[in-house]
Amino acid sequence: MGDPIVISGLSHWFGAGEARKQALFDIDLRVARGSLTVLMGPSGSGKTTLLTLIGCLRDVQAGSVRLLGTELHGLAPPAQVRMRRRLGFIFQGHNLHEALSARQNVRMALGVQGRGDPRAQDRAAEHMLGLLGLAERVAYLPANLSGGQKQRVAIARALVANPEVVLADEPTAALDLDSGLNMVRLLRRLGRARGTTSVMVTHDPRILDLADRILTLEDGRLVGDRPGKGAEI
Amino acid sequence: MTRLLAALFGRLPIGWLQLGHNRMRMAAAVVGVAFANVLVMMQLGILGAIGGTVDRSYAPVRADILVSASDASTLSDGSPVARALMYRALAVPGVAGAAPLYVGRADWTRPDGTTAVLHVYGLLPEAAGFAGPAAAAGLPLLTRADTVLLDRRIRSVRPGSLPNFDARAPLEFELQGLRLSAVGSFEVGGGITADGALIASDQTFLRLFPRRIAGAPSHLLIDIAPGVDPAAVAAQVAAVLGRGLQLRPMAEAMAADRHYQITQRPVGVVFGFGVFIGLLVGLVIVYQVLSTDVADHLREYATFKAMGYPPRFFLSVIFEEALVLAVAGFVPGMALATLLYQILERASGLPVVMTPERPVLVFLGTVLACTISGALATRRLAAADPADLY
Ligand SMILES: Nc1ncnc2c1ncn2[C@@H]1O[C@H](COP(=O)(O)OP(=O)(O)OP(=O)(O)O)[C@@H](O)[C@H]1O
Ligand SMILES: [Mg+2]
Repeated sequence: MGDPIVISGLSHWFGAGEARKQALFDIDLRVARGSLTVLMGPSGSGKTTLLTLIGCLRDVQAGSVRLLGTELHGLAPPAQVRMRRRLGFIFQGHNLHEALSARQNVRMALGVQGRGDPRAQDRAAEHMLGLLGLAERVAYLPANLSGGQKQRVAIARALVANPEVVLADEPTAALDLDSGLNMVRLLRRLGRARGTTSVMVTHDPRILDLADRILTLEDGRLVGDRPGKGAEI
Repeated sequence: MTRLLAALFGRLPIGWLQLGHNRMRMAAAVVGVAFANVLVMMQLGILGAIGGTVDRSYAPVRADILVSASDASTLSDGSPVARALMYRALAVPGVAGAAPLYVGRADWTRPDGTTAVLHVYGLLPEAAGFAGPAAAAGLPLLTRADTVLLDRRIRSVRPGSLPNFDARAPLEFELQGLRLSAVGSFEVGGGITADGALIASDQTFLRLFPRRIAGAPSHLLIDIAPGVDPAAVAAQVAAVLGRGLQLRPMAEAMAADRHYQITQRPVGVVFGFGVFIGLLVGLVIVYQVLSTDVADHLREYATFKAMGYPPRFFLSVIFEEALVLAVAGFVPGMALATLLYQILERASGLPVVMTPERPVLVFLGTVLACTISGALATRRLAAADPADLY
């Protein structure tokens, strides 16, 4: 099986007419299976844009993105929806549903897969919440969790269905140092054990130490690509 | 409840949990739906009561065919029909019998000063075959002059305020300057245009209404012989009687009368319009609630989209909410309406009754209205773009 993410000649524009502005310029990139890649760069350099294109959250305008063997350029909306089920997203905000308990929020990621009966889904959700140190909080509503706990629920939700690719945009912003490192170590473990491929936008230097590879974007261009210390571990 | 809905939808009942999370919003929506339900129920109750009073007004008579002037839309209005036509109809083969029916209206001022408007039916005492369920038992008693059968359920006459009366102990009273003795009773009750009814012989009727003449009854009643094709005979009778008349089977005449009261007369139209307004109120409230609910959860919905939930998932969540609101509003609405029916029936004397099919209809209407509101509210879903989440 080839690399899960293969990008070539990818460009992207926002707006139309006078206001049309290019956000990405001719990106070429391959990401290896099971690796943890960190994406950094100044604000407005196009990190989020690149992540949303890889994650089927935006239509590819020019160039090619092959995700898990499927070309995303011109992919029909229903196929996009199916493709998203193979991914795990961790957003800056936790975006938990206020009316659902931690366990129910995590279960939503299993429900969309249509796998397992509700009880098995509950067990899987509880297991994943336990890995993130939330075993005691499974029945809590988001309103009764701290900011860091909510973010960890969101991480559990992103990981519970065994996604093949995890895309995270500054996921550690709301976490204390320990939880942040703990989460990245979990992603690394999943990478080694299940071949989960992770791409993460972050500026946190301690996390850079755990990455296999560090990419730098500037003004929509890929200007740096070096191995991280994690590759040596 | 959560489990029931989970089983019903085969997933976590997000809509229910979401509504339950915002109690104020849920309460407002439920009150709104219940209110709309009560509104619709009351209008339907009154429309039904109007129909019920129409049916009651036909209870003193029966016939296979009712012949009326073309301008008569109910038993008590329209031009009279020439009795001579009755004899022509009798000559048609297949006609088993015919009789005149006189209908008039009289004000009965009672000794205590209260007044009741009575529909007075004049029937041939010997034509017992044309006596309806209300008159059948008493009609033969009316051969004596100035005897009548009196309604036991006249509106504005308190039940029990009339002494017991029958053929052996008649009730004497005065109507239109004539002393009458009520030798029997029946039950019809009030309607839109009268408070009760009185049944008399044709002779007594003509004494009560001196300006009416025997040769011009209000309607003709016709019976068709068994074993012949009623439609064919009716067509022949119609041909013999000539133009300017309505010739209808009794049931059809009653249906047309009900239809007339509901669609042509102001009372009916007002209440029919009320049903529409009730539906509209419910629709607007549910739409308002569902669309703010969608707007408040756009980020969550966008997240679900990013997780790979297809568009139909979001539709089903909104329809789940619509269904929850429909059920939650219907139950109290129905209870309140049933109570109001009893109060209204007591106050108006109209037959305001809950028919068995009405709750089913109103419930289906509620679900439909909620679903339409939900469908309108889903238009807001397009604003949930997962690309905006990063
Ligand atoms: N929805 C949008 N409409 C118009 N322009 C956009 C949109 N999203 C991003 N841009 C522009 O595209 C460029 C890249 O934005 P992007 O969000 O990818 O940067 P980023 O590297 O994620 O920045 P940050 O570190 O601030 O999150 C920026 O110039 C931004 O203004
Ligand atoms: Mg960004």
